[in-house]
Amino acid sequence: MQELLGIPAPLLFGQLLIGLINGAFYALLSLGLAVIFGVLNVINFAHGALYMLGAFMAWLLLTYLGIGYWPALILSPLIVGAAGIVIERTMLSRLYELDHLYGLLFTFGLALIIEGTFINFYGVSGQPYAPPKMLTGGYNLGFMFLPTYRAWVIVASLLVCFGTWLLIERTRLGSYLRAAVERPDLVRAFGINVPLMMTLTYGFAVALAGFAGVLAAPIYTVSPIMGQNLIIVVFAIVVIGGLGSILGSIVTGLGIGLIEGLTRTFYPEASSTVIFVIMAIVLIIRPHGLFGRSRE
Amino acid sequence: MSFPAGRAANLLLAAAGLALLVVAPFTGLYPVFLMKLLCFALFACAFNLMLGYVGLLSFGHAAFFGMAAYYTGHVVKEWGFDPLLGILTGAVGAALMGLVFGAIAIRQRGIYFAMITLALAQMVYFFCLQVPFTHGEDGIQGIPRGRLFGLIDLRDSLNMYFFVAAIFVVGFAMIQRTVHSPFGQALKGIRENEARMISLGYPVARIKVMAFTISAGLAGLAGATKSIVFQTATLTDVHWHMSGEVVLMTLIGGMGTILGPVVGAGVIVTLQNYLATIGSWVTVVMGVIFVVCVLTFRRGIVGEILARLGWR
Repeated sequence: MQELLGIPAPLLFGQLLIGLINGAFYALLSLGLAVIFGVLNVINFAHGALYMLGAFMAWLLLTYLGIGYWPALILSPLIVGAAGIVIERTMLSRLYELDHLYGLLFTFGLALIIEGTFINFYGVSGQPYAPPKMLTGGYNLGFMFLPTYRAWVIVASLLVCFGTWLLIERTRLGSYLRAAVERPDLVRAFGINVPLMMTLTYGFAVALAGFAGVLAAPIYTVSPIMGQNLIIVVFAIVVIGGLGSILGSIVTGLGIGLIEGLTRTFYPEASSTVIFVIMAIVLIIRPHGLFGRSRE
Repeated sequence: MSFPAGRAANLLLAAAGLALLVVAPFTGLYPVFLMKLLCFALFACAFNLMLGYVGLLSFGHAAFFGMAAYYTGHVVKEWGFDPLLGILTGAVGAALMGLVFGAIAIRQRGIYFAMITLALAQMVYFFCLQVPFTHGEDGIQGIPRGRLFGLIDLRDSLNMYFFVAAIFVVGFAMIQRTVHSPFGQALKGIRENEARMISLGYPVARIKVMAFTISAGLAGLAGATKSIVFQTATLTDVHWHMSGEVVLMTLIGGMGTILGPVVGAGVIVTLQNYLATIGSWVTVVMGVIFVVCVLTFRRGIVGEILARLGWR
């Protein structure tokens, strides 16, 4: 058997693949957090709960309505996005004028409500969700086995991340959005409906979390607590990358996923803490994060 | 945020509070409930020192509360420390941890500070899950209450209650002393206008770290005491739910008020007691209270009363 750095090659690449998959989810979620923070100035603590909601919607659609993976991949994010829009319009929008901390506390409460409700109905154990027929099986790459579904997750999430980056950095709508981040009052004076843009931004970013949830459903089991530890890891990633740039949060998400995978191979005991250690080191060397700029 | 009515009112309030503490166990209230309340009240007051007086939201105070419980549990059970010495060990351990975490976390402000403290606390949680001395999922069980100074038997609930009450009074007094000292004034200055404090020559970073250390140490004092009262130290105490709970207590009672955290702790602990029968719906109820408080009741109970009386 081939060996690399004293580790059997298939094991090393297997862990790197898991790292890359985790990284893809980190990237999708931290991207959403960065977009929401950029436009609404709110740290969305409910992001993990909404990711869980996305996965659960896919599971509920399949179990009760017989709707399969592909329609769910569209429907579930739409439902989560719609829920996000209702939340933003009815409650979150009242908090913009206040200290940012209230936004965090509000979304924290929201996360408790969503997760608590699902725990009551479905318990903390997971529900299995099979990947679609088309994506079962895998490829033998010679040095490792690549399951088709995992390859699809990486491709899909990278496409969505890149699409979001294009949308914000390269389109007219995106330029309005970036302008509204800098000077909402001026953008409003030009006749652009800024509150509507904020609502849609929240809906869109939350739908991204829902999309990530559906992608995750066949890999991890669908459980009410699948989002609650993930969100804290994503927070650490956001601190490492800084909330300044979208590309930055994508790169950081993937990079951290890979580092986590490597740690799991070489020193498994530290695999759950390595991200936080990196965060502490980054804070000491570059307090505003790798891609961040100083901003309150 | 002292009462403008002056020293007399303060002394009166302090006397009334002490009287209440002495009378409480004889009113038919269950002593363990009262002790739990006092531990959480002290925890919330320690947390409020950061949020209310420095304006920094720590979302990771469970790390200090829970770690101190583990330290105390370990030294009392395995090394046979006296309960008081054990509790002090826990508090000092938490303060040292606060010093390190504070030095890392104060590099960012506002919302980032909350995320960093949360992440650091999560690291502590994973650490506790893995290291042998915490006994993982089981936690440290059967911590002996022992004898205070080798004389007073703490297995007796009433003795234990007065011991806890004394710790609470000392902790509470330390917070008052901190808030009303020149150091406390500097803290409020940082909260109101940090840039100005820097230009006035105050070592702002060092002051913040010191405040964080004191807050962590007192949160540890509360956690350490709780571990002796309940004779256990478990993962629940280091979980981020606990950090959320202490935020909620302070929010519902009134941030930045002296008595707010105590009242908030009273409300939440009582609520948990009554809601114990509905099982995991408690989480949902907590979430609803959070949402309602943030949307409509941001001053909290004590803050609202003070505002109605025109004292703020």
